[in-house]
This record gives sequence, structure tokens and C-alpha cells, in this order.
Amino acid sequence: MNSPMPAVAVAGAADFSLDALERQALVAQQRRSSIVIALRIFIFVAVLGLWEAATSIGWVDPFFFGRPSGVARQIYEWATEGTSQGSLWLQMLVTLEETVLGFLIGSAAGIVCGIALGRNRFLADVFSVYIKIANSIPRVVLGSIFIISLGLGMASKVALAVVMVFFVVFANAFQGVREADRAMIANAQILGASQWQLTTSVVIPSAMSWILASLHVSFGFALVGAVVGEFLGSKQGIGLLISTAQGAFNANGVFAAMIILALMALVAEYAITGIENRLVKWKPAPLNEPGT
Amino acid sequence: MSAALVPGRNDTPAIEITSVTRRFLTPEGKFNTAMRDFSLTVDRGEFVCVVGPTGCGKSTTLNLVTGLIRPSAGQVRVMGKSVVEIDRRVGFVFQSDALFPWRSVLANVAAGPCYRGVPKAEAYERAHRWIERVGLAAYESLYPHQLSGGMRKRVALAQTFINEPEILLLDEPFSALDVQTRTVMQDELLRLWSGTRASVVFVTHDLEEAVAMADRVVVLTASPATVKTVHRIDLPRPRVMSEIRYEPAFVEIARRIWADLREEVQIGQRSALAVA
Repeated sequence: MNSPMPAVAVAGAADFSLDALERQALVAQQRRSSIVIALRIFIFVAVLGLWEAATSIGWVDPFFFGRPSGVARQIYEWATEGTSQGSLWLQMLVTLEETVLGFLIGSAAGIVCGIALGRNRFLADVFSVYIKIANSIPRVVLGSIFIISLGLGMASKVALAVVMVFFVVFANAFQGVREADRAMIANAQILGASQWQLTTSVVIPSAMSWILASLHVSFGFALVGAVVGEFLGSKQGIGLLISTAQGAFNANGVFAAMIILALMALVAEYAITGIENRLVKWKPAPLNEPGT
Repeated sequence: MSAALVPGRNDTPAIEITSVTRRFLTPEGKFNTAMRDFSLTVDRGEFVCVVGPTGCGKSTTLNLVTGLIRPSAGQVRVMGKSVVEIDRRVGFVFQSDALFPWRSVLANVAAGPCYRGVPKAEAYERAHRWIERVGLAAYESLYPHQLSGGMRKRVALAQTFINEPEILLLDEPFSALDVQTRTVMQDELLRLWSGTRASVVFVTHDLEEAVAMADRVVVLTASPATVKTVHRIDLPRPRVMSEIRYEPAFVEIARRIWADLREEVQIGQRSALAVA
């Protein structure tokens, strides 16, 4: 502060040390992320190894609990030789189709109803009690009704997936609409927005993060709906594969089908995250705290 | 520039609030009176500041003029016409951040004309010019969260002014800003306003801000709000915010109004304590 000369010198020194600090931080960050990855692999290998070892030593009976090598062999067999119901790809495709259809229909209906009720206090007051009742029913049980009424085909599974998805998305869309900022709505109204413009350009975008959050969860629910539907009665699909494996006391088969389902859910999760990132690019990016 | 300056059309005031009472129904089923027998007239092209103790119903005054809420008794007229819906000639700047966070600066400013049916290309062209006018040309494509508080207020001003409001309502617009930014924004507002000569009602709790900007300062009583006193501010325009507060005339007026306001602030605090 006394004279400009030392100030410049200090600034230069600060720049230099800042550079070094940045390099240090980068190295620390890289080291941390490689430790994280190494630990992840270690845990994976350890758990599978323990399981495999326990079944070969005889602590655990592989007949009841399967074994990793058996599960891998089962998946390989299904993939190369096909399952008892036809090719594995067809089974995956059937389940995926039911899930995606149920997910799309259920979430579209949930979004529309949630926004409609969220925007209309009177309708919300009238229907809220029924929604609470419907929400408290264990909806998986409806699967039996759908099998009876819609048959063993795809329709009954889609219907169950729709019911599973609808309420989750509905509740979130409704809440999102209710949480829309009042000043923002008043602002749009005074700027000249009609009721319709208000809904499409303010209410829906501000409910979007709520809706997207529910979509993450509800794809999983759609998958549960489809698989349980297949389980209850069907001619195709991964759920039937599980049910068949169960009937044959094939524990490896159940685990193999489970892993296939998990992979499908993971892929869908990535896709939804990708869509979400495109839709909410206006949001502030989270600040990266240096690893502690 | 606007119709307000055409002679012969200045006969009806821009805003007439006549013996308005406004009650709210509380969740407990009791009526809470926010304003009682409230009367205020704002002439065309006039800049009126409304000051009063916190929670006295200053914002209610503005909401009555927009048509977002209705009076329980009495009448509100805008340009001689009774207010039944949101008037297109009214512009409103909010205290909180009312920008649309998912729209870029350009799209935020263009929102008004787009809502009002102006073709998109023209709306964006006009928005572009207004963004230049508030000095944000370089930030057009950014989103609100990427801007500072002062810059967001500039966007809000452009968003309001692009609709060329004849009546401009501001609800403590700069209260969230730091003191330096606030002074800059006050100058900015006066500059934009002098280009339109709209009638302004500016609600604030900052007495100095009110005296520095207004043609008239209206002091409200503690809740329920009525007009306590009205003070005419005869300081010459154009005014420079960073300098005006050191002028003897300014200090004298501010002291006189503060004497009025202080009583009401004390009453307001006593009743707030009694409630708590």
C-alpha cells in the first residue's frame, strides 16, 4: 500500500504461488479420484470374491444363494443360446417396451393432471382426498386386476407401470406448480401474459426441476410395474424369466435376470440425466469444492 | 414523448385512489384491515414516493393499482377508468427477483412484447435496444444467475420499460442492493423515466431515497394505512443522487418528513411488539 513498486512485486509473487497452488490442487484432485476408483473396484472384487469363496468352501449353499461364476455363466448362456422362452434380446425388448410405454403414458398423465390441479385450487380441494386414498393403496396389487381384465399380453403390464408412475409424477408436478414463485407469476401477468401463456411460460418451467426429479425415480417404478406384471402372468419378458428360474430353483437365473434389469435401469438413468442437463442448462453449476 | 405531455389530455389524473378500504381474511377467519379510508391522487408525469413504517400496507397500494387485488370498499381509477383487470399501461418493478431464471437476459426483456402479441423478431429487436440502453449489451445471452444483483435490477427495469408503461409502479425495487449500487440504480431509473415521463409510484422505506427522487412524498400511518401527510419536493431536476443528499434544501426537507414518519414507525413497532 505504501508505494506501487512493492505492490507489483507482491502481486507477481502471489501470481506465482497461485499457479503452484493450482497445480497442487489439480494433483490432489487427480490422486483423490484415482483412490476413489481403486476403492470401488476393490469393493466389487472383494464382495464377489467372498461370495464365490463362501460357496466353494461350503459356508453358503450355492443351490439356494447362487454364485457369481454361475450367474455369469447363466447370462452368457442366455445371451448365446437363448432362454427357454426365446432369445434374451427379445425378452429384454418386451420388458423395455412395457416399461417405456408405461413410463411415457404415466408421466405424461401425471404431469398434465398435476399441473391442472396445481393451477386450480378448487379442483385440488375436491380431488385431494381421493388422491390420498389412491396413493395409500399398495398399487402393485392392481396388477392382478389388470391381468384379469386386460389378459396376459402387454396391455396389463403397461397399465400396471402407468399406475406405478402416475402418482409419483403427479405429486411432484402438483407440488412444483404450487411452489412457483408468486412475484414471478405477478410479473408475467403484469407484463401481459394470458392464463395460458402464464402456464406454459412460467408455471411449467418453474415446476420442471420437480418434475424431472420425479422422472428419475419413476423409471424405476415403471420397471417394477412391468416386471411384477410379467411375474403375475405373461408369455414373454424378464419377469417371466425370473418366475421360471424361481420355479426351477435356479438361484443363478434369478440373479442373472436381476443384473439385466439393473443394467436396463442404469442406461435409462443416464438417458434421463442427459435430457435433464439439456433442459435445465440455465441453472447455476455447483461449485467444485477442493477435495477434503 | 408520451400522451401524458399532450396539452388538453392532462385533465384526468393518472391514478385516483378514493376512500379505499382493503381487508384480508386471515386463516383464522378474522378480517385484517390493511388500509382504511385511503385516498391518493397521482398526476400524469408525476413521480410520487410512498414511505411508511414496515408492514403498513405500502405494497397493497400498488397491488390495487395493478388490479391484482380489489378494494373492499372505495374506488381505484387509472387514467379515469375504474380498475377491473390488469391494465396494459401499468408497469411494475418488484422488490424480489422476479426475472425468469430459465430465460436469457434477452428473452427476459422480450417477454412483455412477446406476451402482448408482438412478432418474435420485432420483440427481440426491441429487447436488444433496451438492453443496450441499460448498459448490458455484452450480457444479452447470459442467464440471470450469472449476473450481479445490480445487473439483474437493470434487466428488470428494461423488462418493464420495454412495454412503455404510462404508469410505473415500483415496490422497494432497490432495497436488496448495496448502497453504492443503489445510488447508481436510482440515477439509472431517473434517466430512463425522464425519457418517458410516465407517472410513477415508488414505494420505499428509505426516506432519503424518497426525497431525492420524488416530486411528492406521501407519508403513510402505521397499519391500517391512511395518508398522514403529503410533502412537495421542489428540488430542481435533473437530480444527481450522489450529490443531492448533501444539499441544505434536501437535508431540511428530509428532517421535516422524518419528524412525521418517526411517530408512525414508533406506533408500528409498538403494535408489532404487542402482537409478538
